[in-house]
Amino acid sequence: QTVEHGFPHQPSALGYSPFLRLMAIGTRSGAIKLYGAPGVEFMGLHEENNTVMQIHFIPDQCQLVTLLDDNSLHLWSLKQHGGASELREEHRFTLKGPPGSPPSATQITAVLAHSSREVLYLGTESGNIFVVEVPSLRVLEDRSIPSEAVLQRIPEDNCNRRSCELVEALREHPKNPDLILIGYSRGLIVLWDLQNNKVTHHFLGSQQLENLYWQRDGSKFISCHYDGSYTQWPVSSDNRQPEPLENTVPYGPFPCKAISKIYWQTTKNGLPYIIFQGGMPRASYGDRHSISVIHGSQQTAFDFTSWVIDFFIIFSSEPAAEFDDPSAMVVLAEEELVVIDLKTPGWPAVHPPYLASLHCSAITCSHHVSNIPLKLWERIISAGSKQNIHYSTMPWPIDGGTNIAPDPPQRDLLLTGHEDGTVRFWDASGVCLHLLYKLSTVRVFLTDADPNDNMNTLGEDEWPPLRKVGTFDPYSDDPRLGIQKIYLCKYSGYLAVAGTAGQVLVMELNDEDAEHVVDHAEADLLQDQEGYRWKGHEKLKTRDGPVRFEAGFQPFVLVQCQPPAVVTSLALHSEWKLVAFGTSHGFGLFDHQQKRLVFVKCTLHPSDQLALEGPLSRVKSLKKSLRQSFRRIRRSRVSSRKRRGGAGNASEVQEANAKFDQDALQEMELAPVQRKIEARSAEDSFTGFVRTLYFADTFLRDSSRHCPSLWAGTNGGTVYAFCLRVPPAERRMDEPVRAEQAKEIQLMHRAPVVGILVLDGRSTPLPEPLEVAHDLSKSPDMQGSHQLLVVSEEQFKVFTLPKVSSKLKLKLTALEGCRVRKVTVANFGSCKTDDYSENDLAVLTNLGDIQIISLPFLKLQIRYPCIRKEDVSGIASCVFTKYGQGFYLISPSEFERFSLSTKWLVEPRCIVDMPEVTSNNHVHNKSGVENAARKSRFFSYSFIERKSGRLMEHALLNDEKVLKEIQSTLEGGR
Amino acid sequence: EFRRFSLERSKPGKFEEFYGLLQHVHKIPNVDVLVGYTDIHGDLLPINNDDNYHKAVSMANPLLRIFIQRKEDADYSAFGTDTMTRKKNVLSNVLRPDNHKKKPHIVISMPQDFRPVSSIIDVDILPETHRRVRLYKYGTDKPLGFYIRDGSSVRVTPHGLEKVPGIFISRLVPGGLAQSTGLLAVNDEVLEVNGIEVSGKSLDQVTDMMIANSRNLIITVRPANQRNNVVRNSRTSGSSGQSTGSSLPSSTPNLLGSLLQGEEESDEEDIIIEDSGEPQQIPKAAPTSESIESLSQIELLHESTQNGFLPSSEMNSSHSAGSISMEYEGPDPGQKALEEDGTIITL
Repeated sequence: QTVEHGFPHQPSALGYSPFLRLMAIGTRSGAIKLYGAPGVEFMGLHEENNTVMQIHFIPDQCQLVTLLDDNSLHLWSLKQHGGASELREEHRFTLKGPPGSPPSATQITAVLAHSSREVLYLGTESGNIFVVEVPSLRVLEDRSIPSEAVLQRIPEDNCNRRSCELVEALREHPKNPDLILIGYSRGLIVLWDLQNNKVTHHFLGSQQLENLYWQRDGSKFISCHYDGSYTQWPVSSDNRQPEPLENTVPYGPFPCKAISKIYWQTTKNGLPYIIFQGGMPRASYGDRHSISVIHGSQQTAFDFTSWVIDFFIIFSSEPAAEFDDPSAMVVLAEEELVVIDLKTPGWPAVHPPYLASLHCSAITCSHHVSNIPLKLWERIISAGSKQNIHYSTMPWPIDGGTNIAPDPPQRDLLLTGHEDGTVRFWDASGVCLHLLYKLSTVRVFLTDADPNDNMNTLGEDEWPPLRKVGTFDPYSDDPRLGIQKIYLCKYSGYLAVAGTAGQVLVMELNDEDAEHVVDHAEADLLQDQEGYRWKGHEKLKTRDGPVRFEAGFQPFVLVQCQPPAVVTSLALHSEWKLVAFGTSHGFGLFDHQQKRLVFVKCTLHPSDQLALEGPLSRVKSLKKSLRQSFRRIRRSRVSSRKRRGGAGNASEVQEANAKFDQDALQEMELAPVQRKIEARSAEDSFTGFVRTLYFADTFLRDSSRHCPSLWAGTNGGTVYAFCLRVPPAERRMDEPVRAEQAKEIQLMHRAPVVGILVLDGRSTPLPEPLEVAHDLSKSPDMQGSHQLLVVSEEQFKVFTLPKVSSKLKLKLTALEGCRVRKVTVANFGSCKTDDYSENDLAVLTNLGDIQIISLPFLKLQIRYPCIRKEDVSGIASCVFTKYGQGFYLISPSEFERFSLSTKWLVEPRCIVDMPEVTSNNHVHNKSGVENAARKSRFFSYSFIERKSGRLMEHALLNDEKVLKEIQSTLEGGR
Repeated sequence: EFRRFSLERSKPGKFEEFYGLLQHVHKIPNVDVLVGYTDIHGDLLPINNDDNYHKAVSMANPLLRIFIQRKEDADYSAFGTDTMTRKKNVLSNVLRPDNHKKKPHIVISMPQDFRPVSSIIDVDILPETHRRVRLYKYGTDKPLGFYIRDGSSVRVTPHGLEKVPGIFISRLVPGGLAQSTGLLAVNDEVLEVNGIEVSGKSLDQVTDMMIANSRNLIITVRPANQRNNVVRNSRTSGSSGQSTGSSLPSSTPNLLGSLLQGEEESDEEDIIIEDSGEPQQIPKAAPTSESIESLSQIELLHESTQNGFLPSSEMNSSHSAGSISMEYEGPDPGQKALEEDGTIITL
């Protein structure tokens, strides 16, 4: 495994270091990922696999602290090792209260990484603030700020004990590091002097507090509240209890949702940016996930399609600068990352170079093409750039670190087919999976949804001023549009895509917009079979008349399979201008030059009623997707609820889950899982399902004349071979292409055929169409005898040609109990010398193992566990490249890349250097902190350093009781 | 009536000729008869085709005792392999069928053709607590008919008893091949599938292995019921034990391996249909070792194989069936001996 592409699944926290210019994303599974300039990526995983709640970079350091939902703190650092930086966990730590105190006493709610770089302030649910030394993560007991100490210094008539419950926000004064602003949940805000341990100011908010933010000069701060309001407060030396300057409910007067985070950014022209999350009118827009930006008279509420996890503003981090001058807003939503350019009028979005939302519509298939010729590459990029004009031209603002990985050796394309009928073209050459071009097949068809209907068409005077941003849109208008198979010829620019409703489109790359009619042909795969009724979905209706297509791949012919079952296999031969397609009923061959159907072959077994009547998969799809969307909405509501509110519930839920698991376990013991042992027979269902199609120029009839041929393999272990007669180029339009069945092989073990391949006289796989014409491959050896390799789910078999007699076989399933899921020929080059390479089979089994099997002798070379066998969708999504790499989905939104080759390895390699600290106004303060640190002692509060799993050696513990307490906690922990 | 005549051992001729000869020497030209002989174990076995006729002639030492019964009053129950206990009764059964009238027999028609259905193999190299069963799946007329499940079994290890996960037979389908053999039972632990240990493999893996081998499935089980185990080296253990012991030069650990090698080549012959439209078996490109036993397409003529573990492979070679013509080469003599041992069984 080399690198993960795409968008992290279930992100839960966001952090940013203006100093390193790195962004960190934490996930619910405990992963933490750092991103900087394109190609600069780091990944870490918490052993606990718990949700990452908060991420804080230590100012001016290559270090960051994460807070997990088990209340543990983890210190990570970036260190150089072997010429590249690595992310490592240094320490972990859990705050422990005195014996007998409730767990809420130490439940961390707010973290402040102090600019002295030596301490963290930890606000807790109890209202106490603990101080922890960095990097050792030791509690500095005498420096903690107990809520009692705060209360004592406030006039009693204004507040009671409960005012100091739950620290909601901790903010350091921007100019004076000795002052920190403490916001308590019930609205009380105090400015605390760290040096003198006293309250210098207190501010009485009437509303429940959500967050705080300082103005850059430290003269004012802003607070945001649960009722959707925000308030500005002055900080002056003469007034100890200031009144609010301004209190606004931006989307009032009706009840609004909470504003959970707010920024106040000053600019040179005097008009500040006020940027806040939430605050929408509760009744009519309460379900929106919004972030509002207010700048003078401009106000936009960016409307996200998924829940907003967190956001930050990139502004001038120069300490000497007088103004913030924000340049960009980075928003982490649950399903995508959106960056808004705040400098360009209209606030356009910035096209992210990584973290692409692969799953903006669910991925239904993928196809990889290696080593794209430069010409085609440039044409695709130019087609894509025409689609991206609405993006900002701003360079990517998160640009920390240096990518030192070598340039990718070749241009690779990864094509993903999506449920909404689009095909996305990704630059898969390097570490950053970057969207080059998006192709939509929807325009060919008439669908219920009007493509122009979207959120952006709101009127000018609409309030709130919502603007939809982001590309994540999981709701498919019509599941029949889903793309199931893709085949791209990189030499000719022909592209074939096939979909769920039996549609096969052949396209050609055109650099200009064009309007033309798409030719339409039907292929009746049932032929003369009678008495069957298709109960599945109908075919898609096509648009009559010419259709306007934008520059890029433009369809020119549509072949519609009848019945309109999902297309299960597809092959394109760009030299012969033929496209072959197969469904669960049979397969057909279409001549896309003459636009004529050459033949169809029905593969159905007469008794296979299931396949005839309709698909299992997509009938309920619409209903299912509706249900899923409801579920999704509900889930996001639950997760967007206040996190601490859920704390009590969470344990209940856990308990219930545990009980459920136990019940399920008992039930399982009562009725054990059984598996039927039965030989496959010809009458099994879906034996006619066409699994693989293959074009080959080989010796099919006799050993003296070779001819074009089409091979098809079915689910029932049958291989059909057709002899083709393609007229020579000069008469290509005049004479019809003819086909004749030449052979039919029934494998006795009847396992599904997943791959067919012809090896030439040198036992090398036949080259791809046009490969030889482009001088990229040696021409195949037509002298020696050819061999046919048939790969079924259970066996690999080599047959001689033209007389089919079995020569070699490898019975994988009989020996190992695993089945072939994916198979490809991969070329493995030597990393030592350029002149050696060999072709082998790369095989993925249903156990998630990857095996390399030699050609032509079928000997197992290596086996490597890759995907968990339970991860069925991961195994199903795997694609191999031609040079021994591969991709599979580790979540709906992320591809994991792996490499089987020593020669071709794409993985992040980058350096993060400590930038020079330009000025440091904290230096004078340093000695004071050090003194305080030295004075610190350990008293009755204790904590556990779990790193080494033993007691701290230096804990000066005279109190036996405490010692016992620690001991018992340790044992309990184990 | 007794007749004695001679035949040339090296050229026994065809069964029909022999049958005609018998009718001739007994002067019963138009009477249908059943022909049987006693083999070296004293079992009365039928002669009704070329193969068992040749076998019988080759068994003559030097005399071959042949019994002829009129078909209409034949006692079919006398035929078949059985334990030694019945040996002494064979003659009397045949000659004085009245003796057995006390027990009404289920009349089972005379087997016309033979093929193995199942067998216990490798009795001599396996621990007595284990049983290696071979199921011959044939055509599609009868399902294999069993289910497997996960479970746990107790093993003796150097550290004492340990509970380890295992695979067990969970259900037999009534009328299925597995049930009809009587060799497999619910809760038998599956130890190996075609020579490959299942320990460490998941239920799904074992399922796939069994299905992949379903045309020639060899499973090694530890029967839940250990009372019916074959007892080795005992004269009373029946013909199987005896013949196994006599024909194996030594206990060969790689026996199964070589056996499997043989199966490997023979168990599945893919069918190819050339453009002429006539199906044919795919020939071997390089026949290194040929089938020790060829499972050809034969109609199963009788269902009553409850105890019918039929003794020799010669009885079922070279049958052509249906429209599929098949090519076979003669079995290798060395492997034939092994095969012979493999398929003999009694309970």
